[in-house]
Formats: sequence, C-alpha cells, structure tokens
Amino acid sequence: MDFTLKIWRQKNAKAKGKFVTYKVKGISDSSSFLEMLDVFNDQQVTKGEDPVVFDHDCREGICGACSLYINGRPHGPDDSVTTCQLHMRRFKDGDTIVIEPWRSAAFPVIRDLMIDRQAFDKIIQAGGFISVNTGGIPDANAILIPKQNADASMDAAACIGCGACVAACKNASAMLFVAAKVSHLALLPQGRAEASARVQAMVAKMDELGFGNCTNTGACEAECPKDISIENIARMNREFLGAKIGSQKKTVKAGGF
Amino acid sequence: MTNLNSKIPQGPVATKWSSYKDHIALVNPSNKRKLDIIVVGTGLAGASAAASLGALGFKVKAFCYQDSPRRAHSIAAQGGINASKNYQNDGDSVYRLFYDTIKGGDYRAREGNVYRLAEVSGNIIDQSVALGVPFAREYGGLLDNRSFGGAQVSRTFYARGQTGQQLLLGAYSALSRQVSLGNVESFTRHEMLELVLIDGRARGIIARNLVTGETERHSAHAVVLATGGYGNVFFLSTNAMGSNTTALWKAYKKGAFFANPCFTQIHPTCIPVHGEFQSKLTLMSESLRNDGRIWVPKRKEDVDALRKNKMKPKDIAEENRDYYLERRYPAFGNLVPRDVASRAAKERCDAGFGVGETGLAVYLDFAESIKRLGRNVIEERYGNLFQMYQKIVDENPYENPMMIYPAVHYTMGGLWVDYELMSTVSGLFVAGEANFSDHGANRLGASALMQGLADGYFVLPYTIQNYLADQINVPRFSTDLPEFAEAEKQVKANISKLFDIKGTKPVDYFHRQLGKIMWEYVGMARNKAGLEKAIQLIREVKAAFWKDVKITGENNEVNPELEKAGRVADFIELGELLAMDALNREESCGGHFREEYQTPEGEALRNDDEFMYVAAWEFQGEGKEPKLNKEPLEYEAIEVKQRNYK
Repeated sequence: MDFTLKIWRQKNAKAKGKFVTYKVKGISDSSSFLEMLDVFNDQQVTKGEDPVVFDHDCREGICGACSLYINGRPHGPDDSVTTCQLHMRRFKDGDTIVIEPWRSAAFPVIRDLMIDRQAFDKIIQAGGFISVNTGGIPDANAILIPKQNADASMDAAACIGCGACVAACKNASAMLFVAAKVSHLALLPQGRAEASARVQAMVAKMDELGFGNCTNTGACEAECPKDISIENIARMNREFLGAKIGSQKKTVKAGGF
Repeated sequence: MTNLNSKIPQGPVATKWSSYKDHIALVNPSNKRKLDIIVVGTGLAGASAAASLGALGFKVKAFCYQDSPRRAHSIAAQGGINASKNYQNDGDSVYRLFYDTIKGGDYRAREGNVYRLAEVSGNIIDQSVALGVPFAREYGGLLDNRSFGGAQVSRTFYARGQTGQQLLLGAYSALSRQVSLGNVESFTRHEMLELVLIDGRARGIIARNLVTGETERHSAHAVVLATGGYGNVFFLSTNAMGSNTTALWKAYKKGAFFANPCFTQIHPTCIPVHGEFQSKLTLMSESLRNDGRIWVPKRKEDVDALRKNKMKPKDIAEENRDYYLERRYPAFGNLVPRDVASRAAKERCDAGFGVGETGLAVYLDFAESIKRLGRNVIEERYGNLFQMYQKIVDENPYENPMMIYPAVHYTMGGLWVDYELMSTVSGLFVAGEANFSDHGANRLGASALMQGLADGYFVLPYTIQNYLADQINVPRFSTDLPEFAEAEKQVKANISKLFDIKGTKPVDYFHRQLGKIMWEYVGMARNKAGLEKAIQLIREVKAAFWKDVKITGENNEVNPELEKAGRVADFIELGELLAMDALNREESCGGHFREEYQTPEGEALRNDDEFMYVAAWEFQGEGKEPKLNKEPLEYEAIEVKQRNYK
C-alpha cells in the first residue's frame, strides 16, 4: 500500500512547527501504524533526512506512550485502540493521512509528535496513591471487597495515562484521567481513608497545571483507548463535593500526643 | 579463578532469611538521610525499590528512559503473580513454591535465594492490596486465584489480563508518594550510559538527558540497576522497543560479572510473525493454556488444505487432531512449563505439521471450553486478550482457534549477584530481571512479577542497609571528582564515535541482522557448529556496524536514532557473549537446549556432574576473550532429579 503523509514537524519546544507532506510506499496491510512510520523513518535516514520523532514503547497497547492525533482523532479512526494497535488494513491504498501531536497547553511539544506529559505524573504525585509504606501490612484477605466494587475499581484502574482524553477535549480537560484514579481508589476500602484529601489535592493540581474545565461533551470517553467511562467523572464530582462539605465542617490538626 | 562468594547464610534453608535479617547491620533514621542511592529503571523492581528505600528515609534518585516511570515494560505483563498463600486450600506452601521454582528452573538456581523468594511472596500480595491493586475477587469478597504453567496448585493472583499493569501502577503510586515527600527525585527521559567507580565501589552514573542531549553526572553511595532483561538482542521479542541492555553492559565492562547469558526464555504463546517490517511480537498470556487446548493436524493432507484455505480448523475431525502436549505429557498436559511447550511446538512445525501461512504456528483452541463454560465465562477470563488478538490478526478467536508460536520473552540470565543482590562490583546492586538469580534455566509463569517485587519491596531494603551501615561517615560525593570527569569524557567520546561513522545504513538494519542470527543459531535449539557460526557472524555484524551505521541529526536534541545506535552496539557484544555461554554449556537445561544433549524422547538432558554451576563471565578488555568463573550450585533441601512432567 502507498500513502501520502502530512506530518507535523517541529524541531523543538520553542521552534515553530508546520505540516510537511511525504510519500511512503510498499506498506503491508498487516503492518501496524507505527511499523508504517518505522518504514518511513528508514526511508528518511537512508536519504539523510531527520526521521520523525514520536513516543512509543510497548507496542501492545498498554504502556500509554504512543499518542498520535491521526486524521483528527486521538489514536486514529478505530475505537478502543491505541495507535500502536491500529493497523494499516484500516486505511485505503493511496489515502492521505494527517498526523499531529496531542494539542494541549499542559502537554507542550518536545519535538515533532513527541509531547511532554509530566503533568500527569505531577497529578498522581499530588495524591493519586494510598499512603502506606512497605511492610507491616495485614493479610490481603483481611479486607473483604465485594466483587462488583473490585471490578468497578479495575475498570477505572485500566487507564494507561496516554492523554487521549485531554487531546480529545475541546477544553483540554484532564477530568477523565483524574476521575479514573480517584474512582479506582475511592471504590476500595483501603482507599477510603484518604479519599477526601485525595480528590481535593488532585483536582487542585490539575487546575494549577493549566488543564481546562469539563463541559460534559463526552469526547474523552469516546476517544479513550481503554473505554474508561465518564461515570467516573460523576463519581469524582460527588467525591469532590462531599469532600468540600466535609472539610468546611471541621479541620483536624495533625500531630501531637 | 575468582572465588565467587554467594554469601548464602548458614543453617537450614527455611531459616536462612530470618537469621540473615536478625544479624545484619542497620542504618539509623538520622543517618539514612545522609545516604544517597541511585536506582536505574522504574519497572516493578526499580519502582518498588525506590519507593521502599525512600520510605525508609534514604535519599533516592530514580531514573528511567521513558517519559514516565509508569511506562516501564513490567506494565505489559498479563497473566499474574504467584504467592504461596494457600488461599485455595489445595496444598500450597512456601516449600512447594520453592520446590516448583527450583524444579521449573531445571536445577540451575540457588536454593537460598529461591526459598527467600517463596517466603516473601505472600507479603507482596498484602503490600499490593494495601496500595490499591484491584486483584480479581470471588463473590464473597476474597481474592481469587488461578493456576499457571508448571504448577499443580492455584497460586496465581491476577487483575484481569493486566496484572503487570496494576502491580506496576501500585509501585508507581508508592514511588509518586515518595517523590511528593521529597525522598525520591525522579529523572524521566534519562538513559544511563556509564557507571562511575571510586576506589572500586559504585558511586554514581553518567546519564544522557534524552530531551536536551546533555550528559549529566549523578553521585550516590550505592547504585541499583533494575533495568530489565536483554530479550531485544533477538530484535523481535515481546519486550518494549526501548528495552535494552546498555546499563548492564556498561556495568559488565566495569567489573560486574554477567551470569548465564544463554538462559533465555522463549514463550510458547505469542502471535506468529507476519512479515519483514514487523517491529515486535505480542504475547498472549500463558493463562490461556488453562482453558485452551493446543493442537495441530495429524495428517499432512489436512495441513495442506488449511494452508490453501480449502478448509477451516473446525472442519478437522477430532480423531485427526494431534493434541501433542496432552499426548506427550498426560500429567501436566497443556500446562507444562514454557520451555517444554515451546520446544514441542517447534518440533511439530519442524516436522511439517505447522499451520498458518508460514507453517510456523499451532492452534490454541477454546471451542471445548466455550461449550463447557459458556462464552461469557471465557470472555470474563480472557476478554481483553481475545480482543487484542482480534485487533492484530483480524480474526475472531471465539469462532476460530488462535494461532500461536513461540517468541523470545524473558531472560533468566543477567548480572551475577550474591545473596544480598550485590554484583561483583562493591556497592552495585542488581534487582529484578536484570539479575540472574532466581529462575535458573527457565522461569515459571507468574514468577517474574513475584521476583521483581520481592527484590524491590522486601529484599533490597534489608541487604542494601547491610552494605551502607559502614558508609554513614562517607560524605556525599562531588561530581567534580576526576572519576566523574573521566567517565563523562568516555561517554561523549562514544557518542562522537557513533556520529563520525557517517555510514549508509540505519541502525535497525544491523539490529535486524543480529536478531536473525540469534534466532537462527542461538534460539530455541542450539548446536556446536551453529553457535560457532553465530559467533563468527556476530563479529561480522559488529565490524559492519562500526563501519557503516548512519545516524542522522545531532547529539544536542531528541535523537532516537542515536539512542538506538548505542543500545544496538551493546546488544551486538552481548549477543556474542550469549552465544559463547551457550557453546560452553554442553548440556540441555530449561530454556537452553543443545541438540547434542537430549533424551531418546527429545527432552532436555542435563549434565549435572559437569555443569551444575552458574557461569559468570568476567570482562577482560576490548577484543579479549572474557573469563569464565564458576559458582557451584549445591542442593540440600531438594533432591535433584530429571524434570518430569509426564
């Protein structure tokens, strides 16, 4: 198969980017999208031109590194897949394919299609954890967790942190990402102890990092490669509201004997 | 020969670890803050180590090449994690997990280490649950288990088909908390390119910032390498694209011995190769073998008809199917260990019974399970795997059997470490897949996650203290010391050397060539002539690489071609060592199969009299033959037998 590629090229974070049009030929229809880019890059290097830079690693849809905006959709035209799981049989011979990086102020471009997603790490650092140190833990079966709660928690925990939700959102909101983590932990008894502080800290960090607000368009859910549901956003809003009311009632000071 | 002191504690195997912990030196809390530890790699071993050491109060710097610690390739592990909890009341115990692991490893792992691994396995489940890992549960709210290859009990804990992801996110969350508390500093998009020694001890690293291209100097009182395995030496493997051996290889050249490099694992259930431009192989979890039956046609005419698309697998009558694992191994059937299952698939395909376009595939069939349990149950257990298969192969595995073939997956070999996980370089610790220690010649399913987290959560936090206890008066090291300057100079010189080649072929060209040689001669079946040829061919690839590789762009920018070039240069050298080790080991054991050494039934034939040792290779200088050191293995708690899964 042969394709025309319109790829966003940008030398570094400060440089001005632009679309450049290329041709790529002789692609197998069973190749993945990233393997098609490998072939393209081989051509570039052989010609002595800079290959296009993009993030990728596991190539089996789980690490969350790959991130392309393909023909106007994060992770391309298929539902419920990451770019590395997209295959060229999905396109027609001779198609023109437009490839851009995620667009969000909180995810600056590093080079070409590679972006900086450290903001997600910072949100997790703000509270996306349960505060336990290693060791001194009671037996795993000491906590009973109803299967439906464990399953719902797992549904939310399946988020791979790729950022497609932010890319899909017209406001570049990170609500689905944050809500997935808040829900994953809030649905488990181990996570309840800090649920209130967690949701407040994570939401505050999300706002501080320049992500936009949620206006309930549902684009994030539609484009999520792991089918994370926007029900999680509703759950987070309830958690957030509950936490706000709770925190106004009484502030418990830490420490002291 | 260097005397390798494995530092296994005295006493019966069951009390070694507790007795060790009772007698080690500790560092008091106020002194821990004065001690720096570098952890390279943030997979299960690295993230759990960095989080645990940070929680103890050490000052930790964690490095990863990915854009976030959460993306380390542990994330891709699907099936599960073993622990000897005996929640199922089916007769499991610490001893039995220990026994299965030693036997599964074909008696080439250390008893002391493996017993400790089995002993802490339960703590890992407790720890992970406390961190919020949503393991699968029964309706009563208790944890669910499943069985896995090579075991007769159900001891595997799982989170759908994403167990590695959930365990890693648990460790990553603990790591993130330590970052927020200021105990761990996280360096993402950084790649370690050199180890820095001061007076013979590991005291720092040189890392390249992959965004700016700058080389950075980082000092510490101890260095932990948790950089994973070297499966990408085969080019096509189930590893992530970036998984590499560079950190291990640099350490090897600085005096850390490389142990048992030829012990590599070929995983039996992967999606078959489709074409020349394929970049990686995808694993289908071994857990599928619990409900899937593996077969090929019995008759050649059926094989031909299938390849010509004249019939479908379901058209083949039951009596004309060869369920070869059930036939050869009635006791374990489809649940034999990975090495046995992989070789049996190769045997059938080599004999001309393989299916698919290339003839290099066998069927993994769920029809019977779907009939017995219903599609819903199969969907609940393996839904995401079936979906993944369908996306890649474009065929529905609920209707037609999956096609699978073995692929390179895991490397049991790695840097040699003693009981304290310290390499032959003082102060250099190695954890997880990067070390050689616990799996012997073959790793059982669901044991890699266990070992990575055991090392990081429960072993290193003790053993590293025993090393650091007499370092409390050693002040922090300045990175202006000549040792750092020299190491950085070396790194920069290597980078310039790569750019200066200005050849004609991209890095991948050489990586593919290396991979073909490795798969052909150093893959599932090896022999003397083939290995000697491989060594010759690898040397030719090395010469060609250094003459003709072409790297575009500059050093002072994001440059994936440069990153790949450095990694492939090290893979080529490691490939040669791997072949040498395979040549030296004149026996078959676990994943290492030498065609000259097999039983009349075609099973691996060990030579315990001559090869019951760990082969630890010592670097002797560029262009020189490495020196072989041997650590004899002794079995006291377990009787050494021929492995039998019949």
